[in-house]
Amino acid sequence: MENQLYLSSSPHIHNGETTDQVMRKVIYALVPASLVSLYFFGLPALSVLLICTLGCMVFEALSCWLKKIPQTLADGSAALTGILLALNLPPSSPWWISLLGAAIAILIGKQVYGGLGHNPFNPALVARVVLLISFPVQMTNWTAPAPLTSGFDAVTTATPLGEMKTAVMLTGKLPALAQSGFSDYLLGNMGGCLGEVSALALLLGGVYLLYKKIISWHTPVAFIGTVLVLGGIFWAIAPEKYPSPLFHLVTGGLILGAFFMATDMVTSPVTTKGMLIFGCGCGLLTLLIRLFGGYPEGVSFAILLMNAATPLIDRFCRPKIYGQRPAKA
Amino acid sequence: MKSALKNLKSFAGGLHPPDGKHFSAGKAIEICPLPEELVIPLAQHIGAPAEACVEVGALVKKGSPIAKAKGFVSVPIHASTSGEVIAVEPRLHPMGKHLPAVVIKPDGKDLWDDSLTGADPQDLNAAELKNRLQAAGIVGLGGATFPTHVKLSPPADKPIDTLILNGVECEPFLTADHRLMLEETERIFDGIDILRKILGITRAVIGIEANKPDAIELLTARGAARQIEVQALEVKYPQGAEKQLIDAITGRQVPSGTLPMEVGVVVQNVGTCAAISDAIRRGHPLVERVVSITGPALVEPKNLLVRIGTSLQFLVDQCGGLNGTAAKIIMGGPMMGQTQLSLDVPAIRGTSGVLIFRQQDLPRYEAGPCIRCGRCISVCPIHLQPTSIAACARLDMIDQAAGYHALDCIECGCCTYICPATLPLVQSIRYAKAAIMAQKRTT
Repeated sequence: MENQLYLSSSPHIHNGETTDQVMRKVIYALVPASLVSLYFFGLPALSVLLICTLGCMVFEALSCWLKKIPQTLADGSAALTGILLALNLPPSSPWWISLLGAAIAILIGKQVYGGLGHNPFNPALVARVVLLISFPVQMTNWTAPAPLTSGFDAVTTATPLGEMKTAVMLTGKLPALAQSGFSDYLLGNMGGCLGEVSALALLLGGVYLLYKKIISWHTPVAFIGTVLVLGGIFWAIAPEKYPSPLFHLVTGGLILGAFFMATDMVTSPVTTKGMLIFGCGCGLLTLLIRLFGGYPEGVSFAILLMNAATPLIDRFCRPKIYGQRPAKA
Repeated sequence: MKSALKNLKSFAGGLHPPDGKHFSAGKAIEICPLPEELVIPLAQHIGAPAEACVEVGALVKKGSPIAKAKGFVSVPIHASTSGEVIAVEPRLHPMGKHLPAVVIKPDGKDLWDDSLTGADPQDLNAAELKNRLQAAGIVGLGGATFPTHVKLSPPADKPIDTLILNGVECEPFLTADHRLMLEETERIFDGIDILRKILGITRAVIGIEANKPDAIELLTARGAARQIEVQALEVKYPQGAEKQLIDAITGRQVPSGTLPMEVGVVVQNVGTCAAISDAIRRGHPLVERVVSITGPALVEPKNLLVRIGTSLQFLVDQCGGLNGTAAKIIMGGPMMGQTQLSLDVPAIRGTSGVLIFRQQDLPRYEAGPCIRCGRCISVCPIHLQPTSIAACARLDMIDQAAGYHALDCIECGCCTYICPATLPLVQSIRYAKAAIMAQKRTT
């Protein structure tokens, strides 16, 4: 026998699921929501998706080239960031917004920290928030959904959350829309970012990720649960002023955030206990911003703030090691 | 049987790799023929290696001592067949080094040493039984090869109330204990009775993973009359690790840095029980054991009763050879086994299996950055943070690694198996453990 033997430290087998496959599965999970956005917003949505995704990949390749390190495009994380960024932008975003977003996400959100695994904040959300603050007009110019079946005339509209915020600020009362018509919201027939429009399509992807054990239930359940419970309490106290929990659930970026952004492994806690705290914090901040803040939507800010708290949460949620349970008789 | 398979107990953490048991689980134990040469290393157990007591040219019988125990935590080594000592010299050991060994050329008669006599365990007291076990070279056959008589000698202030028999065999591919439980039930039970007599206790529980329903059924049925309990356990690796097994069966956790006796438990492998029975009743020392020779590279995987010192090459030949070229030879299972430099090493007392993979059975991965997915933490049966310890180890932050309880790691391999970044976590933790121990020794 020729001596072509591998010597290595145990274990000698692996379950076969590598980082690129994890990323690919998250991308698969975003397909339904992306398709729904294409259906409702047509070509503009397609251009946002393409520019963001390809842009992120180009900037990733560029950073690797500048840093003189092996190319990391194959791990799929740049493409995933691109898709997530696109889903966090309005369909009417001009091309330069998408491209700038891709640059911010990859260069400032990720690569300056050392690339995949080292960034403290969710790159796509960093980009979204920078754009939102820098270009408020372009970032809040919403088009009404125009299903492919009804032609391509874009009509300007407001997001349900935006409309609510304006009405509450002006009149102190909820507008009529916040009290009915949930089926449209559920399916995606409302103004908003690409990925905010269809709760159902997002849930489908979320369930796929749970089924494939890419994410665990802790973060999304804690996140959405906190919004529902706290939102429910406010609604019960003053239903004319605060929308119902269901309205919170199906409008805005809650489901996208809870299943796809807050579960970003790199920027969220590593223990299940930490995930629960992280999710509750996201939910609390989201609701406070939605009800009392200056912005109509608070998911992005909430997740970024909790990202900042992640090292602290991890520090206080170290698992209790074996052998510390008191001996039973 | 259905009731025995309900209420499966287990521990928190762990995972279930594809178990590969189908290669050899259905194969009855066969007696491996005599090889041309037996290479019997003197270091085959935890503790001080034995000291050779034969010289080149000496004629030995099967069971004759060829090396003496050196101290209490040590056992003698015996000739595993009759023949002539043709060398006492360093030979390639499964540890990967050349270590002292006695080489025997068999005379083909395979005659037992006449001076070995058995006894009825009822006629012997605990101390006499333990002495006989040490003289017979009995060590834990689960893989750790800790001298059994030491394990059976807890200090007076540590009362033992439960004997746990490890029939879990959670390592993928290995089936030696499974076959032994099916085929040598009486010898195992006899060994359990001897152990109970030594410990002066009555409670004995055999833990078996639920993927061996035939063994659970058989041992439950036959154990009832002898007051031997059988506990079916969830199919989850590392269910057979001592601490996890104790936790699953008794709900007790062995405090960090201590031994099972701390919580009143002694754990013995089922294979060791059979060897104990032979050592007492027949006076036969530990000169052979059951080894699973298995894996996708073997033409006909088998469970063989192997004389200690038989070369792996000879074992592979008994299994019809290899279909392809060996790319990795593992002594033990795929999760904790050790890779071998060559098939030209002997099977020793701790050899529970020989697993051979070809190139095509070994996907190779490029390690990437940790993506903080937390999987290593969720599967760790000790509830450590493997990725944090490994990161400290890579940066030589030894104190911090110790702060993350690196020394509690049992090196089961779950974290590395599951890591999507395919980081060599266990390897890094081993490095950290060695560095911590080195630091402790110097200070």
